[in-house]
Amino acid sequence: MLKLEKRLQQSKKWIYLSPFLAVVITMISGGILFTILGENPFEAIRIIFWDPLFDPNFASYSRPQLLVKAGPLILIAIGLSFGFKAGVWNIGAEGQYIMGAIFGAGLALAFYPMESKLIFPLMIIAGALGGFLWGMIPAFLKAKLNANEILVSLMLVYVAESILASVSQGLLKNPDGYGFPGSRNLQKYESAANVEIISNSGMHWGVLFAFITVIFSYIVLTRHIQGFNIQLTGEAPRAAKFAGVNPTANIVFCLGISGALAGLAGMFEVAGPSGQITIEFNSGYGFTAIIVAFLGRLHPVGILLSGLLIALTYIGGELAQLMLGLPGASIQLFQGMLLFFLLATDLFANYRVKIGTN
Amino acid sequence: MYIKSVIAGAIASVGIAAAALAADVKVGFVYVGPVGDYGWTYEHDQGRLAVEKHFGDKVETVYQELVPEGADSERVMTQMALQGADLIFTTSFGYMEPTINVAEKFPNVKFEHATGYMRADNVSTYSARFYEGRAIQGHIAGKMTKTNKVGYIGSFPIPEVVRGINSAFIHARKVNPDVEFNIVWIYTWFDPAKEADAATALIEQGCDVVLQHTDSTAPQAAAEKAGGVITFGQASDMAMFKPTPRVSSIIDDWAPYYIARTQAVLDGTWTSTDTWDGIGPGMVGIGEITSAVPADVKAEALAMKDAIASGDYHPFTGPINKQDGSVWLAAGETADDGTLLGMNFYVEGIKGDVPQ
Repeated sequence: MLKLEKRLQQSKKWIYLSPFLAVVITMISGGILFTILGENPFEAIRIIFWDPLFDPNFASYSRPQLLVKAGPLILIAIGLSFGFKAGVWNIGAEGQYIMGAIFGAGLALAFYPMESKLIFPLMIIAGALGGFLWGMIPAFLKAKLNANEILVSLMLVYVAESILASVSQGLLKNPDGYGFPGSRNLQKYESAANVEIISNSGMHWGVLFAFITVIFSYIVLTRHIQGFNIQLTGEAPRAAKFAGVNPTANIVFCLGISGALAGLAGMFEVAGPSGQITIEFNSGYGFTAIIVAFLGRLHPVGILLSGLLIALTYIGGELAQLMLGLPGASIQLFQGMLLFFLLATDLFANYRVKIGTN
Repeated sequence: MYIKSVIAGAIASVGIAAAALAADVKVGFVYVGPVGDYGWTYEHDQGRLAVEKHFGDKVETVYQELVPEGADSERVMTQMALQGADLIFTTSFGYMEPTINVAEKFPNVKFEHATGYMRADNVSTYSARFYEGRAIQGHIAGKMTKTNKVGYIGSFPIPEVVRGINSAFIHARKVNPDVEFNIVWIYTWFDPAKEADAATALIEQGCDVVLQHTDSTAPQAAAEKAGGVITFGQASDMAMFKPTPRVSSIIDDWAPYYIARTQAVLDGTWTSTDTWDGIGPGMVGIGEITSAVPADVKAEALAMKDAIASGDYHPFTGPINKQDGSVWLAAGETADDGTLLGMNFYVEGIKGDVPQ
């Protein structure tokens, strides 16, 4: 008989071990799935995890793409991790991402076609501000009316999507676009384009910001009083109150920083890889980043690694579809398994498995 | 561009690898929905299968489904080109800018973008005159509605969709002056849950005809469940909902076009073109009109189809006013393609605004 026994303290070892175990189990179950679909499982797994990095035909293109895909995920996930540690649940990063993109692109288009070195830095500020303000709505309602920030931030995603649809067809519509929705292409507007810092590396300004944010958040969480306050509020809210942590300030800080970082991610995306504000501009980074944050154990370095891993499954998954003709749904299923097994293996962090009848 | 040299190297190596394979030409397809949507993407995939069948070993096809519009699609196209595709069909409006971007980096690969307006030396555009089919739908809808309320599920308020609404409305009003259109926008091409919700909401508002410009069969299923509601297959025949609720359909038949363009690449005669074909050349088909439609209505609908096919009748023939009452087309005047391609206004009689 197997028995589960609750641990007195979370196992440190298992907290770090379980993501790796989850990846291994996902590979095995995914292999079985691909076998059922009539493919060689080893080939499929190799294409997903190996070929994007090392295949001689694709790697020179897909390695940089890995950074392009991981950049916004890491940037958003780092922001979310502050709140998740403190028990402030911002589920609406997708909306803050959209608002950051609209603010950033809106500022650029207001200056179009003027060329100036100041435009891009201003766009960075505008993008962060857009996300920050959108994050302040649930923060304000939580602090003043105790409204549930999970619901408010999530619902604001749909509001942001409606605003996105509206500006794509109105305010920011490309006047040379024959009446079709969508803004001008910012990649073609030199002062506003978020270009690669090193040619063909995938390393655009957003990716650099993501890396800087990882370091910054590591320092805040380990060396700064605000990091201590956040951890304390999450783990022992009453103790935090006695220690003089202001709960309102905490909510504002967590939603503000996650909103601002999500907004930055949206701005870098619209000025770079996407290039345009369109009705379907957002592609789920804000939601996927929640998975990235937890897969990375809410730790800055963990988030960096998990962001890269999730990006790899996207790019490798696309390759597998293309090379093997796998159905798109099988790749989504494969990605879903990863989260599922992560949650499952988390059990070992809190429980001990005992063999015996007593 | 800096990326060019690296990619050129990659193309060269892929080119060598591809030469060793049996197929002369590799054709790629990028789909916005799943191949099993039984609508838009399904018909494009039928076209792909027709290419395979027609050319046999000479042509190899690859496809990728469920590709989000925007930056992700650019990567998918690049990977297809790197994999050695010679001709790539990108089958949704939102792939327009990405297609142009990728085409710039791969001057030797031919691209074909569906429903857009941006072309380049190696980028063609193609679309079908769906509005011709909408005219026939409008006629049947106007004749058959008892509540005089026709529901319309719009995807995105782009000219292609607005044009379809206008065409259907003009022909419904022609045979039924009391008919009203209820239009809902759901901002997606494929989302069965949203499509079903929209259909249900329209039916609850009293619509007994539901037209859709989205890709799944969910509205058909919702209409079947509600009963007493008729629908039309969209993009594909959706024959599993015959004889009701689905009483007819607009079928996109891409196969002849895809075969012709692949042949052009094989022959080395491919050039950048803009194709916009309708019922006449067979790119738009009208699916079987079922027994649920009275015989006289069916006869009128088929007569209209023949008149459009032969060129005797243009669905946008004046007098037609714009929504604000100003004259758009004088009596006997027909709309020019330029206006139709950029159509962002409703005709007189439609309530509500095109979302701006």
